[in-house]
Amino acid sequence: MPSQAQLLPGTLDLLILRAVSLGPLHGYGVLLRIGQISGNALLIEQGALYPGLFRLVRQGLLKTTWGTSENNRRAKYYELTAAGRKRLREETESWNRLATAIGAALAAQPEEA
Amino acid sequence: MKFLDSLAFRIAALFRRSRLNDDMDDELRSHLDLRADDLERSGLSRAEAERRARIEFGAYQRVKEECHQAAGGTFFESVRQDLRLAYRMLRKSPGFTAVAVVTLALGIGANAVVFAVLNALILRPLDLPQAQRLYAIEDRGGSGYQSYPDYEDLRDRNRSFDGLAAYNITQAGLDTGKDPAPAWVYEISGNYFDVLGIQPYLGRVLHASDEHGENSAPYIVLTHGYWHSHFQDDPNVIGRTVQLNKHPYTIIGVTPPEFRGTLLFFTPDIFVPIVNHEQLAGASELEQRGRRWVFEALGHVKPDVTAEQATADLNSVGSYLEKTYPKDDGKLSFALARPGLYGNFLGGPVKAFVAGLMVLAGLILLAACANLGGLFAARAADRSREVALRLALGSSRGRILRQLLTEATLISLVGGTVGLFASIALLQRLSLWNPIPRFPIHVPVSPDAKVYMVALLLALLSGLLFGIVPVRQVFHTNPYQVVKSGATGVVGRRISAREVLLMMQIAICAVLVTASIVAVRGLVRSLHSSFGFDPQNAVLVETELSMAGYRGDAVPAMQKRMLDALSALPGVQSVGLGSSIPLNMDAGTGTVYSEKETDLRPMNAAAQPYRFAVSPGYFEATATTLLTGRTFSWHDDDKAPRVAVVNREFARKVLGSVEDGVGRRFKMKDVGLVEVIGIVEDGKYLNLTEDQKPALFLPILQSPVSQSWMIVRSTADPQELTTAVRSRLHDLDSGLTLYIEPWNHEIQGVLFPMRMATVSLGVLGIMGAMLSITGIFGMAAYSVSKRIKELGIRVALGARHREILRAALGRSVKLLAFGSIAGMILGLLATRVLSSIVYQATPRDPVVLAGVVLAMSLLGLLATWMPAQRVLRLDPLMLLREE
Repeated sequence: MPSQAQLLPGTLDLLILRAVSLGPLHGYGVLLRIGQISGNALLIEQGALYPGLFRLVRQGLLKTTWGTSENNRRAKYYELTAAGRKRLREETESWNRLATAIGAALAAQPEEA
Repeated sequence: MKFLDSLAFRIAALFRRSRLNDDMDDELRSHLDLRADDLERSGLSRAEAERRARIEFGAYQRVKEECHQAAGGTFFESVRQDLRLAYRMLRKSPGFTAVAVVTLALGIGANAVVFAVLNALILRPLDLPQAQRLYAIEDRGGSGYQSYPDYEDLRDRNRSFDGLAAYNITQAGLDTGKDPAPAWVYEISGNYFDVLGIQPYLGRVLHASDEHGENSAPYIVLTHGYWHSHFQDDPNVIGRTVQLNKHPYTIIGVTPPEFRGTLLFFTPDIFVPIVNHEQLAGASELEQRGRRWVFEALGHVKPDVTAEQATADLNSVGSYLEKTYPKDDGKLSFALARPGLYGNFLGGPVKAFVAGLMVLAGLILLAACANLGGLFAARAADRSREVALRLALGSSRGRILRQLLTEATLISLVGGTVGLFASIALLQRLSLWNPIPRFPIHVPVSPDAKVYMVALLLALLSGLLFGIVPVRQVFHTNPYQVVKSGATGVVGRRISAREVLLMMQIAICAVLVTASIVAVRGLVRSLHSSFGFDPQNAVLVETELSMAGYRGDAVPAMQKRMLDALSALPGVQSVGLGSSIPLNMDAGTGTVYSEKETDLRPMNAAAQPYRFAVSPGYFEATATTLLTGRTFSWHDDDKAPRVAVVNREFARKVLGSVEDGVGRRFKMKDVGLVEVIGIVEDGKYLNLTEDQKPALFLPILQSPVSQSWMIVRSTADPQELTTAVRSRLHDLDSGLTLYIEPWNHEIQGVLFPMRMATVSLGVLGIMGAMLSITGIFGMAAYSVSKRIKELGIRVALGARHREILRAALGRSVKLLAFGSIAGMILGLLATRVLSSIVYQATPRDPVVLAGVVLAMSLLGLLATWMPAQRVLRLDPLMLLREE
């Protein structure tokens, strides 16, 4: 098993949005998708996922429908709303800015050794 | 909007909670199944896979709880938490809670009462079918009186009403076989009940088909109330024959209990056809177009006709009548008015009065809110440490505000409920109240759902209003600052707007207190002043002999027999009879001229005295002191020379002398020359606050009247005397209609306006006092809280109690003193206004001044008691350690 990183606070929402943006998913599917797209580098507690999903639904970023899974189980599917799509774009940008800035800061070399 | 949306979402979530719960279970279970499927595929047994899936998932219940929270479902749980905390906080400071609740109860109660009156009198005038199309006809002057022929023409010639009914109010003697008594009568047109849509409760009601010309319909319809009180709900009364003014009438029906006539204040006892007017009034007026005696005509405007079209239609009938009967009908111009308050005649003043009350009540509530806001600010200041701590520990400002608002709402609900219950009790008494016993006057103001709603809304609104006051404080709380250094006690020297407001409140309160003390003094004094007669130990008997069938010469003969019979009763000292009695609001006036005047026109009159026709014995029976001369005897009849007794004022004004007045003469148009044979003391004749008026007494045998009051003076118990008088008079004629009442009861009607003024002033004074107390209390409490640390240090440094108290409460006391003085000065200036209502009102009276000072000091003491206690109990050690 590859070494897994702890999630930074606040990044779970972003990951869920990203995962769902690739197509409707049920909760377990979200978990698998995040694992898949992060190369299994990010650890998400299964129980922590659901409050996040409910929170995003309440904020109107996700919408839900009941459907049937590939192995014939009833499951609730999540999908991005227009607001969710917009939020994902914004969050992605701001994350990229932050990551670049922090990366640059960490990469800076002392001017005089 | 966002807030509302989220609120709606949360409320919906609450109701959805069980469904949401199932939904959540389904979803989480499906997750476990899917995970187990995957694990099974990797080679585990089904049972092992499911076990592993559950372990991986973690604490199922906790996840669910977190999901609920995330979905917004726990809002109401946190509200419950808030409520519990608020309840605990309020219990911890019972003084604060009690003051706040009482203040609000006063404010809400006052508003509920006034709104109930507004609702009953203006918003829902008459409880009748299709009341929104029901209109009464009035003329441009605001009077609804019509002559009967004009009413008939209006009824038959208009094209806009679904029928037009008319009624008139009068009194008649009703004899049901025992103890005839006057009853209040609506004389009604035959179509009255059909036009209004009233179905009988029992028997049948009157219909237009019952009318066949004058005195053709000897039928009585009883109101439910009268049937209940006078016939004990006996269903066999239908078909019974009774005597009305000595004419046989048949009872044909009873109206439903909710129907109380078409004049809100005035509920009749019985309904009688208006075509029988002659038998009730003693004069035939049905054919006289010039005599406007029919009280009001009313009906439903047809659904497709507007009020303007109906008015125009009526006016076209009016101009036809003008042209056809130029002698009787002058300019006829009609308007439509809401029935129930007699159109704009009563409706206008009532509306203005109630609107004024509403404004006043609103102001009281606003003042209450301002004061409660002050109290809450003081409380919030006290709790600034707690608030700061909670903020520092990560509570959101919104959550803390919600807590404060929950407290305010809780107080407003409790206060509102208390106020509402108090107002309901008051309104029920008001509805039953019959201010003037002789008239069936009631103010039907029972509260309904609308009143409850308004009270509740007002309570919540004021809760928000005063709850919001400390919001700024909370938002500006800097947790680091407060926790580090404690609440900083900077007290501004500047006079704030709140202080000015408070001072005004105190001033108004002082005016009200002054006014109530003046009014009470005046009332007490007027009860003990000389009326020119003595209402104690006397019983009044009102008789209308024409109701019992007496006419002409039979009237004075019967009156003499009655007086003789009553004077023979044991214990009776004197008996007299008068056309009217003083202070009974029905005293007529006459016009007198000096002896030498030949041109007897009103402009040359010497005086306009009150005029009474009285029997021998009248002055003894009323206990009016004779100054000089003699009083009447039974020899002063229509064959004897014309004589009169006058009061001192009359003698002074018309005769020119009190001492030598006896024997002098004056002139009256209908009587001629009259010689004065006696002069009596001055008295009060129409009301207690009148200036001294001249009065003239003529012998009953020279100016006969059939309607009269007998005064029976006796030391016997009024109850027994009443019974004895009644049976004695019924021995003479069992058909006499009698109204018997102790004189000091009857006088209540006269004292009524003064009593009302005193009571209202008293209530206003108490309200003002309550508001001032909460105002001062709030401010004192606030200033103590703000400076508590400074005061503690002072105590530690050895300051004495007196100095500490002065530092803590000096400003509040100063405000109170300035406000009171201003109020007292205003009260003194308002004397003139007061004295028009209250007899001998003067605030320049040491008792009043002392009373006001005492009341205001007491008020100050009460208001500063709790803050002062807190200051005196200051323990600097505790305080400094805490800080």
